[in-house]
Amino acid sequence: MGGEDYAVYMKGIVKRFPGVVANDHIDFKLGIGEIHALLGENGAGKTTLMNILYGLYSADSGEIYIYGKKVSIKTPKDAIKNGIGMVHQHFTLVPPFTVTENVILGYEGNKPVLNMAEARKRVSELIDRYGLGLDPDAKIWQLSVGEQQKVEILKILFREAKIIILDEPTAVLTPKETQSLFEFLRKMKAEGRSIIFISHKLHEVMEISDRITVLQKGRVVGTRNTKDTNEVELARMMVGREVIFTIKKEPSKALGRIIVEVRNLWVNSDRGLPAVKGVTFSIRKGEILGIAGVSGNGQRELAEALIGLRKVDKGNILIDGLDVTNKPPKDIVSLNVAYLPEDREELGYFKDESIRSNLCSKIRYSFLKKNFFLDFRMMNQYSDTLINEFDIITPSRFNLAKNLSGGNKQRLVLARELAIKPKFLIANQPTRGLDVGATEYIRKKLLEQRDDGVAILLISEDLDEVLMLSDRVMVFYEGEIMGIFKPEEVSLDDIGLMMAGVKRMEVSA
Amino acid sequence: MRILRYKIVKRIETPSTLERIALMVGAVIASILISSVLIIQVNINPFIAYYELFKGAWGSKLALSETLVRFIPLSFTGIAVALAFLGRFWNIGAEGQLYLGALFATVFGISFYGVSPFVLIPIMILAGFLGGSLAALIPAVLRSKYQVDEVVTTLLLNWIILFIVEAIIYGPWRNPVSAWPESPAISVTGELPRIWKGTRLHAGLIIALLVALIYFIIYTRSYWGFEVKLMGINPKAAYVQGMDVVRNLILVALISGGIAGIAGAVELMGIHFHLRENLSLGYGYTGIVVAMLGLLHPIGVVLAAFFMATIETGSQAMYRATGIPYPLAYVIEGVTLVFVLIAVFFMEYRLEKVEEER
Repeated sequence: MGGEDYAVYMKGIVKRFPGVVANDHIDFKLGIGEIHALLGENGAGKTTLMNILYGLYSADSGEIYIYGKKVSIKTPKDAIKNGIGMVHQHFTLVPPFTVTENVILGYEGNKPVLNMAEARKRVSELIDRYGLGLDPDAKIWQLSVGEQQKVEILKILFREAKIIILDEPTAVLTPKETQSLFEFLRKMKAEGRSIIFISHKLHEVMEISDRITVLQKGRVVGTRNTKDTNEVELARMMVGREVIFTIKKEPSKALGRIIVEVRNLWVNSDRGLPAVKGVTFSIRKGEILGIAGVSGNGQRELAEALIGLRKVDKGNILIDGLDVTNKPPKDIVSLNVAYLPEDREELGYFKDESIRSNLCSKIRYSFLKKNFFLDFRMMNQYSDTLINEFDIITPSRFNLAKNLSGGNKQRLVLARELAIKPKFLIANQPTRGLDVGATEYIRKKLLEQRDDGVAILLISEDLDEVLMLSDRVMVFYEGEIMGIFKPEEVSLDDIGLMMAGVKRMEVSA
Repeated sequence: MRILRYKIVKRIETPSTLERIALMVGAVIASILISSVLIIQVNINPFIAYYELFKGAWGSKLALSETLVRFIPLSFTGIAVALAFLGRFWNIGAEGQLYLGALFATVFGISFYGVSPFVLIPIMILAGFLGGSLAALIPAVLRSKYQVDEVVTTLLLNWIILFIVEAIIYGPWRNPVSAWPESPAISVTGELPRIWKGTRLHAGLIIALLVALIYFIIYTRSYWGFEVKLMGINPKAAYVQGMDVVRNLILVALISGGIAGIAGAVELMGIHFHLRENLSLGYGYTGIVVAMLGLLHPIGVVLAAFFMATIETGSQAMYRATGIPYPLAYVIEGVTLVFVLIAVFFMEYRLEKVEEER
């Protein structure tokens, strides 16, 4: 029963989540002693597939063979027993503990008593063997992110894993740290370990991998030997498809003067590295400017800088001619700027407050009565109007917002933001996690707003959505604009190349 | 085999006011029942014990007045903490704010002898407010400027302030008449009038109820209260919607500290008349329990303060009548808090019957 020559053979893996098929009959083979890259856009199903292999999810159907032997992996413990280890995007280290302590944490050896000295010896042997230059007694909080990642990998090696999964390991690294990681990976490969490398950065994949499997919308597009392919082909495999337009868009009727102007903007990420690198663009009244790009390329930082949540390092933001660079949100909001945050739960609304309070929170000034009180009658009227207009399904305006369904929560946020009659709307992932009906509703509302003369910045990891709604599209890659164009002017292949950082385009617009 | 089991599921509906009140009353009853088990352990009929407790708290003029005397500071500190928690300023420092308020009030009380009560009383109350505000201002600024955890700073300030008070009353202010470690007596015109003949109940009760009423208006009717509630639930969302969260946080801290400071001034002016190191019997800390028990709601806080005052006063009488050690009062308080937290949990979750075939 095939697969003896492979470290991992995943056969016919299917995983459904409500509303989506994350893995649709995926076949995946990992050779022994190879570095195999899994490539694909966000939501292509890479992480889901690996979580199944690591026992975090169980597949709805399909089989897994490890070195030709059929196995059942129900929990990470099963995976570890089968010699599989995974490094997640978010580290699972204990900051006040030392490297050694973190490495042995959770490890059940064959002796009942913990021999710290022996453990430390083994850890420092491992460090020397791979030339990692780590101090086994250093505390985690003293280490850089790149070093912490190495500790995560050490943890796996300590458990003698033969198969190592790395979920977007370079997303948090500087270029130099990435090179040092690659060296580490090559050493592990030389020892016959097999490595799965999840990424969406083409140049890295080309550099480190032996073979590449491309996923798109839960299916395998194809597997290539790295030496037989090139970035252009891979980009095509990543995004190449028919775009299905569920909404028909007319050209904007309200196109007018420039509302938003961004000049040579530099913004840092949470780690203090530049995330937005000198971007310049403008948005007109009655226009949707969409940002295409794999998420994590500076879109979030740009949106946060625009609303005043994140410090601008260099450059300027002008709204209606007014310089709002590094102004707090209250100054920006007072210019009638609406914001649909990417993280609805964290930033979007007040879960323990009523729907009424949530609808009124943004323009609370309007309900100020006699300089001290709240005008509840007006608040009631106002919220009932919005509940009707935006079809928010709730037994009453007094229900708590947290009891709404996901789609209704987004309608609530949308209602609150649009009701201020914004001049400029920042919509970051407006339809993420919503069902088809709610998605379509939100998209229609965005177009409606555009025709009412709102300037809209649309950020979405759903490329179809960006192309469907935007009047102009700009592609972000590593914090830079790879091109700004009208969606109908550029082929999907070219967009894929820009998203992968291979190609830069100057197109009219 | 069929097994009947219960499963905890998240509520999708918002519990009604009636349901919430029922849960809270249930929590209090459950804690009294649990405490009964302890009473039975010392071979005393819990019905008799509780009878003595409530008789000792409400059963006579003296009893009721003493309960109310206890209610006054607990109501102040409870509301002080409730307002702070509402805005997510974790003020554990009501005790210190109370003492600094009392210290400030004493300054005026001992230096303006004979000044008309209509002038001196308001001045001393205001001084108390300012003292408490000042004590809360430091942690509030550290928190909003440098993200220093206010739980630590407010808690540690309690000790700093208490030691400052001790240094003063053991040193420069030591009562020259009695040589006790206490300040000289404040001016008689700075004393709060008694409002129930033959008891210690003083006009501080009126001030306490007035403060509770103001908190009620802020909580239910005011624009500012609305902002504070929003900020407390999700400060980041409030900030991104254009709220001046730094200003609001500092205001919350100032008012919260100020109310705790008034508690100190009122205890000084109504009961002690000297600044003493035992001016507060842990009112600042009990205020935290009161605020939680009252779910930060003004009516809830007032009821909780009265409940706590009842238990604390009544347990003394219970001790005299039955010999049950009066620290039982603190056991009841603690157990009640645990049950209230359980009740709060069940406002978000409920039990659902699951039948399983085995």
